[in-house]
Amino acid sequence: MTTIRLSVPQTADRGEIIELRAMIQHEMESGFRFGSRGEMIPQDIITKFECFYNGTLFFSSDFHPGVAANPILKFYARANESGSFEFVWTDQDGQSWSDSAQIEVS
Amino acid sequence: MRLLAACFLFVGAACSPETTQLEPDFTIEASQRVSGSNFLTPETVAQQNDDFENPGYLWVERGADLFEQGEPSCAGCHENGLEGVATHYPAFDTGTQTLINLEGRINLCRTRHQGLTSLPYESDELLSLTAFVAEQSRGLPISVEVTPQTQSAFESGANYFMTRRGQLNLACTQCHDDNWGKQLRGDTISQGHGNGFPAYRFEWEDFGSLHRRLHDCDTGVRAAPMELGSQTYIDLEFYLAVRASGLELESPGIRR
Ligand code: HEC
Ligand code: HEC
Repeated sequence: MTTIRLSVPQTADRGEIIELRAMIQHEMESGFRFGSRGEMIPQDIITKFECFYNGTLFFSSDFHPGVAANPILKFYARANESGSFEFVWTDQDGQSWSDSAQIEVS
Repeated sequence: MRLLAACFLFVGAACSPETTQLEPDFTIEASQRVSGSNFLTPETVAQQNDDFENPGYLWVERGADLFEQGEPSCAGCHENGLEGVATHYPAFDTGTQTLINLEGRINLCRTRHQGLTSLPYESDELLSLTAFVAEQSRGLPISVEVTPQTQSAFESGANYFMTRRGQLNLACTQCHDDNWGKQLRGDTISQGHGNGFPAYRFEWEDFGSLHRRLHDCDTGVRAAPMELGSQTYIDLEFYLAVRASGLELESPGIRR
């Protein structure tokens, strides 16, 4: 069960710089920790984040083991047209989670 | 020593059996009482107060979904929400004649009113529902009282708080009553209130119950911790709530 939270303004003026925020519930297990019996806890991390604006990739980020659990990203876009932002996270095994939000640009 | 401490708490009430509401004394006077968030950096407080950037809301949001589930759903019976409810917990349940906390109440609703099984303590589901209910009391003052029905639970909690334990032989009171505001290695000791819980702790990189925090304080003095959800910890939680009366609930709080 993975919860995703997005913060995207519902409306913007054309050309306006808007702030986008995205958070995903994930353990980001670094692979460097040991369990109570001394056994290595296997790495389990998200390795890639991508954001698409009306289908076009405009922001992406690689995650490494140093990224904390439940990562939050804050970044900016220029609002050129109405449509949707799609946020996609992919883990080391290729499993992915996504969610999207609409924006009205006038 | 231990008994003496517990008796002192009741000096006002012990000789007047006709009073129903007891007013215990605490080392930290009401005027000095401050939340654990007073010992956090301004950045952490800002993150706690930002409903988006506070990671605890991942659990609140999941709790909101779970609240719609079950036959009937939680929402079906509690359609007006549960604002202010968390301020009165732990509370006495007449059906079972025991003191229960919010987690216990939620599990009772599942078994009593939904025909479901109890959720395991510290499971993501129970934490989420608890966070969702507690969040509806964010900013409201804790308001629990000691009544004849809950007096023995209060005393057992007070005893736990005053008793030295573990290889370090320290009692809760020695850190949280006598030395709050001082440094313990890299940390500043707070007054040890539970008003931020369930909370997101950076050390856990996770969301957890007050009992998980109590477990950490017990293991911190190298004492054998109690089981999460045990009556001992519920009694202690009750003592802490009375001791924190008037402080605002902050759940989902953020702590180091
Ligand atoms: C050796 C000192 C020490 C002892 C003994 C100790 N604690 Fe703590 N406790 C701490 C430290 C350090 C923290 C983390 C910083 C802080 O106080 O918030 C903490 C945190 C807490 C918190 C969370 C406060 C908050 O706002 O997040 C609670 C509640 C608490 N302790 C209760 C207890 C109880 C109950 C006991 C006895 C079972 C106990 N502590 C014993 C040092 C101690
Ligand atoms: C069939 C109706 C019903 C359903 C379903 C139900 N509850 Fe309750 N709830 C009650 C009743 C009745 C009480 C009062 C205590 C009692 O009699 O058990 C109560 C009490 C509570 C309280 C304490 C209120 C207070 O003022 O102390 C909380 C919190 C709560 N329920 C949460 C939940 C949650 C969470 C769920 C879903 C897991 C749920 N309830 C499902 C009927 C229901």
